[in-house]
Amino acid sequence: MPQKTMVEALNLALDQSMAADDRVCVMGQDIAINGGVFRVTKGLLEKYGETRVIDTPLAENGIIGTAVGMAIYGLNPVVEIQFSGFTMQAFDQIEQNMARIRNRSRGRYRASMVIRTPYGGGIRAVEHHSESREAYWAHTPGLKVVIPSGPRNARALLNAAIQDPDPVVFYEPKAVYRAFREDVPDEPETMTIGKANIVREGEDITLIAYGAMMRPVLEAAEDLVDIHHVNVEVIDLLSIKPMDTETLVESVTKTGRCVIVHEGPRTCGIAAEIIARLNEKAFEYLIAPVKRITGYDIHFPFFQVEQHYLPDPDTIIEAVKETMAYE
Amino acid sequence: MSSKTIETSATPPPVATNTPDAPIVETLSSKSSCDTPMTEKLIDLGEIQDISILNEDGEVNAALDPNLPKVELLKIHRAMVLTRKLDRRMLNMQRQGEMGTFAPGLGQEATQIGQIYPLQKNDWFSPSYRSFGAQLWRGWPIDQLLLLWDGFFEGFAPPEGVNDLPFSIVVGSHVPLATGIAMGMRNRNDESFVLVNFGDGAFSQGIIAESMNFAVVYKSPIVFVVENNGYAISTKSECQAGIAELARRGPGFGIPSVRVDGNDILAMIVASQRAADHARSGKGPFLIEAVTYRMSLHTTADDPKVYRNDDEVEAWEAKCPIARFETYLKKKNLLDDAAIERIESECEQEVLDAREVFRKKAIAKPREVFDYMYENLPPELQEQQADYFAKLDRKGVE
Repeated sequence: MPQKTMVEALNLALDQSMAADDRVCVMGQDIAINGGVFRVTKGLLEKYGETRVIDTPLAENGIIGTAVGMAIYGLNPVVEIQFSGFTMQAFDQIEQNMARIRNRSRGRYRASMVIRTPYGGGIRAVEHHSESREAYWAHTPGLKVVIPSGPRNARALLNAAIQDPDPVVFYEPKAVYRAFREDVPDEPETMTIGKANIVREGEDITLIAYGAMMRPVLEAAEDLVDIHHVNVEVIDLLSIKPMDTETLVESVTKTGRCVIVHEGPRTCGIAAEIIARLNEKAFEYLIAPVKRITGYDIHFPFFQVEQHYLPDPDTIIEAVKETMAYE
Repeated sequence: MSSKTIETSATPPPVATNTPDAPIVETLSSKSSCDTPMTEKLIDLGEIQDISILNEDGEVNAALDPNLPKVELLKIHRAMVLTRKLDRRMLNMQRQGEMGTFAPGLGQEATQIGQIYPLQKNDWFSPSYRSFGAQLWRGWPIDQLLLLWDGFFEGFAPPEGVNDLPFSIVVGSHVPLATGIAMGMRNRNDESFVLVNFGDGAFSQGIIAESMNFAVVYKSPIVFVVENNGYAISTKSECQAGIAELARRGPGFGIPSVRVDGNDILAMIVASQRAADHARSGKGPFLIEAVTYRMSLHTTADDPKVYRNDDEVEAWEAKCPIARFETYLKKKNLLDDAAIERIESECEQEVLDAREVFRKKAIAKPREVFDYMYENLPPELQEQQADYFAKLDRKGVE
């Protein structure tokens, strides 16, 4: 099986989706001739031409608004917003139209489209380039929000997002873009949006994370098993909204202990929602309070100090040990 | 009754000189290796026509009269009368508690019917909320518009076979959707076009600038109509923009534009037809500024007496788009007072009949609120729906 980075795997998903369905088009800033600032759309212009690989003016709100119009017309746009920090310019069109057009038209029109955008810290970027604000979109009725963690699931999840009849916000962990390679089969793969993946089975404690945080979590899990003899279960959430509550509840019902990791701000973050659901459905099985390791309610620090902001394996190990010690 | 021209370069740009105050200009000029002669010149921004054909007294400029066939003229007249009857009836119903808050369009009938007139079935329309004249023309049943404005969700669904969007309440937010549809048409070699309207207040929204720019970059078939009705709630247009003629904005984007007397149905039709021909022929977007006046309230929750005086409103009453069109039709011997009376009473009856249909259909369906959120309701929403149904059950609501 060919080994691919996440960037190459995403490119494969776009390429195969465009080949299979001529309604699929990609649009965004610098995505055609330049192949995208991270090169995810590299080579697509040559294959599919400028009517389907569309360089746009530098206007995020206009990009999303016109993409919704194209979706209403019957096309299936996959929009790239250069950095997720710039999606804020498009909050208007995401909230007013992309998320609402199906309901407002009582199903007559749908925004079958994807916003792909790199999120998260760890690449030594300037301000507005490191945010993790997935909670905004999860809070918006009408959207789906997914975040892959590696090349293979990124490819499958992007296929699923493109095929989905509803609008999907697809956050790409840019710290993982070229961090490692994985086997990615040539044959198209997809997955069900709304299903979490149990990456490692264990009995003692449930570790829940997604996106770029899967790497420190898996690193921590290795030490926890090998050195600290804690048999951790690790869950990759993959889909923020809808969320696979069932898998999370089953796991915590089994382990009775849970630590959740994300890099976005803590207040009203994804961990808060998970804790609420565990409280509703697994309360009587909990042995210890559920802990969360998250970013703080501050603006993402400038990059000389960003490593201290981001959750790291040591912090995760400490949190697991504390939770294990609770009686 | 004229077709005059607005000069878009009214003020010449400031002149750069080789004085100590302008050292940068001096350096650039002296080091320039460009072949362009180092001269000062004006940039031609083109000209904008200001079109008026039928004046307040119903006199017509014969050279500009589109000379529409009798049947068309009468159809247009009837549509304007029906729009006004519906408007008046809705206000009446609202005051009697039978209608929700809505945005009356009194006085803008010519703007509405004129802009929609050139559209064919395959063309698309993205309306703002003060658009029921155009919506009626497109085939929205009156009873559905009544449902819509009385808070019944089913009123929002565009009728089958009508390529219209449901409006978005946030002003201007519906405009990029229209541009996107036009971009799709261009990509698919569809020879239709899109019409979108918005007000002078909405024109202050950045998203409309983005939408116009995208439209021109992709040479997309779209007609933008700004209905300059003088007010955004209480804010006068001079507070909304630094220019009186909003049509001036078109050339800045590279979009041909005209300014029209929006209370002159003939001028509106001429401008709209020209805009539609332009869009359909692959030349890209077109902008129409229709100058009109919001005779009534912003919405039924508004009290205009706070911010404008009766003299101003009376001055505009003299410019009534329906009265002057009727004078024109009478002079052409297409109408007389008896015929006008008959048409008015027929339109009134049509509205009253539709009100009866509306009253029969006006049954709230609280169990539908989750139905159109997603194609397939995710488990977490199914659970919330079950909670909600349980609440309805407890309250005895069907």
